Amino acid sequence: MANGPERTANRDNKPQLSLHVPEPNYRPGAEEVDFSAIEVPEAGAQPRPDEACEPEETHGLCTDLIRVLGDDNRAHGPWDPKLEPELLREMLHHFALVRAFDERMFRGQRQGKTSFYMKCTGEEATSISTSMALQPDDMVFPSYRQQGVLIARGYPLIEMINQIYSNSGDKLKGRQLPIMYSSREHSFFSISGNLATQTPQAVGWAMASAIKNDTRIAATWVGEGSTAEGDFHAACTFASVYQAPVILNVINNQWAISSFSGFAGGEQATFASRAIGYGLAGLRVDGNDPLACYAAEKWAADRARTNSGPTLIEFFTYRAEGHSTSDDPSGYRSAQERDAWPLGDPVVRLKNHLIELGEWDEERQAEMDLKAAEKVKKDTKEAEKNGILGHGMHQPFHTMFEDVFEDEPWHLKEQNEQSQRERDTKYPDGVPH
Amino acid sequence: MSDTANKAADKPKQGRDATGEDRRLNMIEAINDALDVSMEKDDNVVVFGEDVGYFGGVFRCTAGLQEKYGKSRAFDTPISECGIVAAAIGMGAYGLRPVPEIQFADYIYPGYDQIISEAARLRYRSAGEFTAPITIRSPFGGGIFGGQTHSQSPESLFTHASGIKTVIPATPYDAKGLLIAAIEDNDPVIFFEPKRIYNGPFDGFFDRPVKNWKTHPDSVVPEGHYRIPLGKARLVTEGDQLTVLTYGTMVHVAKAVLEEKGIEADILDLRTLVPLDMEAVEKSVKKTGKCMIVHEATRTSGFGAELSALVQERCFYHLEAPIARVTGFDTPYPHSLEWAYFPGPVRIGAALDKLLSE
Ligand SMILES: Cc1ncc(C[n+]2csc(CCOP(=O)(O)OP(=O)(O)O)c2C)c(N)n1
Ligand SMILES: [Mg+2]
Repeated sequence: MANGPERTANRDNKPQLSLHVPEPNYRPGAEEVDFSAIEVPEAGAQPRPDEACEPEETHGLCTDLIRVLGDDNRAHGPWDPKLEPELLREMLHHFALVRAFDERMFRGQRQGKTSFYMKCTGEEATSISTSMALQPDDMVFPSYRQQGVLIARGYPLIEMINQIYSNSGDKLKGRQLPIMYSSREHSFFSISGNLATQTPQAVGWAMASAIKNDTRIAATWVGEGSTAEGDFHAACTFASVYQAPVILNVINNQWAISSFSGFAGGEQATFASRAIGYGLAGLRVDGNDPLACYAAEKWAADRARTNSGPTLIEFFTYRAEGHSTSDDPSGYRSAQERDAWPLGDPVVRLKNHLIELGEWDEERQAEMDLKAAEKVKKDTKEAEKNGILGHGMHQPFHTMFEDVFEDEPWHLKEQNEQSQRERDTKYPDGVPH
Repeated sequence: MSDTANKAADKPKQGRDATGEDRRLNMIEAINDALDVSMEKDDNVVVFGEDVGYFGGVFRCTAGLQEKYGKSRAFDTPISECGIVAAAIGMGAYGLRPVPEIQFADYIYPGYDQIISEAARLRYRSAGEFTAPITIRSPFGGGIFGGQTHSQSPESLFTHASGIKTVIPATPYDAKGLLIAAIEDNDPVIFFEPKRIYNGPFDGFFDRPVKNWKTHPDSVVPEGHYRIPLGKARLVTEGDQLTVLTYGTMVHVAKAVLEEKGIEADILDLRTLVPLDMEAVEKSVKKTGKCMIVHEATRTSGFGAELSALVQERCFYHLEAPIARVTGFDTPYPHSLEWAYFPGPVRIGAALDKLLSE
């Protein structure tokens, strides 16, 4: 063997090394899932430093868990954002819409209407409640699981469905995988399939805003698994060096496809505590507590907006469904985890809070859920008039060559013409829709 | 690695299972088999990547390996392609023989610096003191409605760098033998697996029922250890009308189109792009006098450009017509217009008609 390892003789009886490979507590078929080892501090018990504080003052919060909503369904402590019931109902409405949307689109994929879908079930608060704490023109750089941001910003569902179906109404011209939205109008950056690339880009946008003495800030979302990418660490370094007006939201939903958070370094340290080494402000938040999510994001937004520096926030939550329509989680995790999750469901928690406040009831909830489902159904039917992916190609072939460059160079012109000839050969009677 | 392949005990058994039936595998099973055989044979072989360990890979190529060989030899990694490749280089420096997986070729770029600047040049810069005997496996190519980030064919980004071999199998039989050879090779190898043909020899006619590997002759995969040498092309069909140079999924597409058109051609499945089997290429082109190159990757600076230059340099006086290149278009891989992008039967057919009428 030319390259065999040359192990030196262990003459002085040194200890033998062994490799640590993380292992989650539960795998399929686990007898009983017990999450009691996860520390869930009392709601309201976490201190809230001033938004303009030194980063160090937040570092205790990097291993704590900011919680507002208690088991009594009431808001507690200094992080209570004291939102008006009207705003809370709006939040609840966004929750209902996202959940109904996810259900229907997932089913649509199963029915062959499109190629792919991803739900955000259980994590709704981390995108809806957070983005409601931002200004509508703050720039967001999302990952693929932030449909909640778009919906909270009022992006029309029908546009989302057109994109998911890659149909003739898709303003991204059927080019992108379903859910890879983009809306400049909603200050929502084009989603990339390549993990974590958006994180340092958000920092760059925020730096530009600072260069131009603008007032807008940037926020970005990244999965806990994706924080292993170098891009995330570049983002932290740039954010720290330039004190960029940016919020780095890390969504720790415990899983990255089949890999639990231990494979991103979550066994040895919290994701929020990454902030400590980079000298960033850091917060660790109950991601299933909509009020805490709102409050933390608002704190970070106010901090950024007053030139007081960037913040890294870990939202501690749980991916209640599979990674995507291509995934079957029963192959790698226990199905009981979802129910055993100690932080509950964000939709239920917000609903119960409003009921506790006397501002809501189950009947209105049922009616709202029904309306949400009907709205999604109606918009789906409407979008289907523009076609579904399962039924063929809805974009003219020439669109394939547009936007590669601003102008079409000669070689793309030639290929464009070639594609038209090929179309006429293959489909002499027209392309089927 | 010493050459033990000729020992009688290591001779491939015939492609039959215990009951005397042909042992038929799809591409995923064949790759899994190759990894299993390699890990069994050499305990320096380690396999790792995103979702590779417990779950066995998002395409299931590493299924069962962790269970069989333990967590120190088949394991999950953080989502860092840079880290995956770099760790493989470090393990290789120790003396292991790592076989990392990059979940999709489209996600190899964060590891590109480690591949190009490090793995590919380690032997050269250390004058042979250190080497990177690693095999980076990665599914590549389109045809699965994966959009622009699950469809790319970036092979020419690797063939352009010196010091790294590029291998692309087109059948289960070859996938196993080539992967074992790649793992046992002392140089770094990029092993791109055409994911469109993982489950069946897709022939480009996307609107017809998909065939299954189990009826294809090249799905008969012997048990045990066998190697297909790197740098050797495979003659898929023989004919005098032209030479088709191709690899991966496009081998099956080209073959189907030629059959439909009743054209008799030498189809060369290159199998290894670097080092290329130039002898086989020259021999065939000099015989037929016409050459067509087919790949799914974008055209400009694609591997077809290299092939075309080589054929022109070495077979010019035998050529009866300009060399034809059939490729993907120079655009990102579109989601819904996937089949308009793909160099399928229509594009190949038109190029054939033109080439044969010259
Ligand atoms: C650079 C890169 N590597 C790998 C992938 C494949 N991939 C897609 S999603 C995913 C898991 C991401 O997990 P996480 O960051 O935790 O986000 P979540 O899915 O939980 O929201 C992987 C490995 C990718 N898209 N991009
Ligand atoms: Mg995750």
